[in-house]
Amino acid sequence: MSSAPVSAPLAEAPAIGGPGRAPLAKKTLVSDHPTWCPGCGDFAVLASFYRVLEKLNYPQENIVTFAGIGCSSRFPYFVNSHGGHFIHGRSLPFAAAISLGRDDLHVFAFGGDGDGFSIGGNHLFHAARKNTKMTYVIMDNSVYGLTKKQTSPTSPVGFKSKTDPWGAMEQPVNPMKTLLTAGATFVARSHATQVNHMTEMMLRAAQHDGFSVVEILSECVEFNEGAFDAANPRKGGKWQQIELKKNDGTPEDAARHDPTDEFSAMKLALADAPGYFGVFYEVNRPTKNKLERDLIARTREKTKGASALQLLESTFVKMR
Amino acid sequence: MVSPNSSTPGGQPGSAVASSADKTTIPDVVIRLAGNSQDGIQSVGGFLARLAGRSDQDVMTYMTIPATISGGPSIFQVRMGTGDILSSGDQADFLVAFYQHSYESHISALRPGGVLIYDTDHVKPNPEDRRFTNVGIPITSATVEAVGGTGKDKGKNIFVLGLIARIFDLDVPKLSQLIKERLGGRGEEAVRNAMMAFDAGYAHPVENLLGHLYRFARATSTGATTSRPAVTMDGNTAMVYGLLAAGVRYGAAYPITPWSSIMEMLRTELPKYGGLFVQAEDEIAAVSHALGFAYSGHLSVTGSSGPGLSLKMEALGWGSMAEIPLICINVQRGGPSTGMPTSVEQSDLLQALYGSHGDTPRVVLAPKDVEDCFYIAMEAARIAKEFSTPVIILTDQALATRIEAFEEPDLKALVKEPVLDLTPAPVDYKPYPLEKWPKHVPPGTRMLSGKYPTVTGLEHDEAGHPSASPVVHAKMNARRREKIKAVAATLPAHEIYGDQSGDALVIGWCSTYGPIREAVNQLRSGDQPIKVGQLHLRHLAPFAPGLAEIFARYKKVVVCEINDEGLHGYGQLAMLLRGAFANPSIVSVTKTDGLTFKVREIVAGVQKHLSA
Repeated sequence: MSSAPVSAPLAEAPAIGGPGRAPLAKKTLVSDHPTWCPGCGDFAVLASFYRVLEKLNYPQENIVTFAGIGCSSRFPYFVNSHGGHFIHGRSLPFAAAISLGRDDLHVFAFGGDGDGFSIGGNHLFHAARKNTKMTYVIMDNSVYGLTKKQTSPTSPVGFKSKTDPWGAMEQPVNPMKTLLTAGATFVARSHATQVNHMTEMMLRAAQHDGFSVVEILSECVEFNEGAFDAANPRKGGKWQQIELKKNDGTPEDAARHDPTDEFSAMKLALADAPGYFGVFYEVNRPTKNKLERDLIARTREKTKGASALQLLESTFVKMR
Repeated sequence: MVSPNSSTPGGQPGSAVASSADKTTIPDVVIRLAGNSQDGIQSVGGFLARLAGRSDQDVMTYMTIPATISGGPSIFQVRMGTGDILSSGDQADFLVAFYQHSYESHISALRPGGVLIYDTDHVKPNPEDRRFTNVGIPITSATVEAVGGTGKDKGKNIFVLGLIARIFDLDVPKLSQLIKERLGGRGEEAVRNAMMAFDAGYAHPVENLLGHLYRFARATSTGATTSRPAVTMDGNTAMVYGLLAAGVRYGAAYPITPWSSIMEMLRTELPKYGGLFVQAEDEIAAVSHALGFAYSGHLSVTGSSGPGLSLKMEALGWGSMAEIPLICINVQRGGPSTGMPTSVEQSDLLQALYGSHGDTPRVVLAPKDVEDCFYIAMEAARIAKEFSTPVIILTDQALATRIEAFEEPDLKALVKEPVLDLTPAPVDYKPYPLEKWPKHVPPGTRMLSGKYPTVTGLEHDEAGHPSASPVVHAKMNARRREKIKAVAATLPAHEIYGDQSGDALVIGWCSTYGPIREAVNQLRSGDQPIKVGQLHLRHLAPFAPGLAEIFARYKKVVVCEINDEGLHGYGQLAMLLRGAFANPSIVSVTKTDGLTFKVREIVAGVQKHLSA
């Protein structure tokens, strides 16, 4: 059975965002109240994301938010847009296909360190290679929170959890290093307590033409309290922000970071935790979206834009 | 006219009818070519199959490819003749052996009285073995002589094609045309060399060695006239064109034998249709991509073979829960685990039905022959779209690789151009209403309520909100079950071939259709005919209604399938039917040797159950 007939006139439809329409505002974007624990860093990420969408002002119906499994992966429930909650670790291939299938959509994927670097590690690597146009926001709390404190792939050596009561012994994943190695074309990092910086990073990521990743250190107040204090000036930590080159000819510009320089990006990525914050790397490489579209255009040219019926008929003639 | 595979080109009592002094008329013949994988024997089989498609003859082929990476023994078996060819033949009438190992491995497949053609340059047959007519021909040296010194091992396949054309009085102009079409792309010299090899084979004097030549009986008109010509292709190819005709433009997969040829063809074809196919990093990414395409509003396909289907199961469960239309093809092969990748088996039925977690009622379909691969793909697309649900197509290795000729589909009536439907959703829209089955609303659709939907694998209420309420979970489980039951009401009624009641109803699924049909014909027309019907199930879940009533009309319901008899003595479909209908007359004939059913195995199985 198909859906019921349209029962409201189109003129009364809420058409929000996009050129010539009422601008997207937070009140339109707010959906269910988040189920996160009070004090969770993810609230700040959500608030920043609303601001990013307000600034981008996409047509509301063309925004897609998708996620895997975990605390942070509840994100799409809290954004009033098309979206969903897929299986553990697999939001990237799912979201990439949405982008490849529909150029008119703006695709965002959300996840945590477990979803992104552990069960979905393989997909992260290949999403970076494929360079499909989409934005991936990783809320890294260095612990499995939803399942109440097990070791995560970014937990530091010595971290005590229910699965490592004597302290974690494995080398943690370095997300920046991993993403640079995999060939991601936009790699940035931020901290959930630095709201303006975080918003700027997500905005730049969304505007990047390719696969963009922002890792945000987002504290789990229940199971990993104080994990990122070392990078939080208000807790006595040191905020090491990457200053990007301005090409303004000033002497101090020589010391600033050129985000197209992979070697220099890797040096920043290799710094000891909590490391640097900002855009590590940003280059333009043809997106898979574009390469596939070009391939389609080339083959359609060869077949002179034949219809499916014409194509099948000519194929079957050869099968006789 | 359907003949059992006891045709006797040797002129023994049976179906052969002598018509002239030097030509023996036969209804059909089974030829097995045995060589190495780079000898081009597959292409000889392909030429013969396509020639048959363009002539009066029907055709069915069977092939094995070596599980080695390159080279290694390979065979191609072709059965061609008059009327419906339903199986590739229990035994070969002719064996063409290129090497000693071909001879030694395959001589047992040749029936006593059959003809062994061997390459005297490579093969020394056992002089004590007098069961066959031995025809030694210097295939390699005669080819080298015809084509010239450079083509040492090339062209002997075409030499053999010429030989076969001579022995069976095949249509030489049509064959020449096929060779020119096929090799034309490689330049004039390739065609000239091939034609020289062909002519040398055709001119080779074989009458004296064989004693006589053969020709096929003329087709008796069945009264059915078709306006459309026959097309010749293998099952995987037919599946691809079925998908394209149905409007599938997007998909993703990971390579695995014998599924890979479908994804290779789709990757080649889809850009022409404005679509694309992604080779994913693994099976889970593949099904996730395919679900992403489907969520975004495109009819989408993924596929695999046995182990790959297992990896897709979690995501398929999500597809059922979130109610996303998807076609998932599984080309079954020998299992478990890596099993026998190049052999046939039908042992993924229970996986297809129950392989996911939780109660995940699914739609599972299976094509019955190569032609049906085309139509089942269209059927899967219809159900997936109408009911917003994943649909699994179970095909098998035998169907995937065998070549058959069939009537060209009525493309004008069938082909669908996909339409992305972004009609705004009404204010009272609910994605999961309890007693309706709305279509999936893709992103880009304006929600007139202002409330945008989140699809989820969490249990959810009618609006799609996550809910752990016991009442909601029970109601939603029932909803998903009733939705699949609603599919059954849209299915065509069961068709029974042969006796509509009586001693036995023989049931099969997938590639066993032809051999079962031949077995049923034999059982009904033998010395002691019995009343037997055939029911081939194309819809394995849900079943079309009426099965219990049909079963009641027969003494035994014999389910033939290529899988193990299991812990209780029943194959997988038999177990399913027993569970569904609690009917003790449902019995099982199974096998797991990696080969298709021989007709005599089915005949013996039915007879055994009837005499038990």
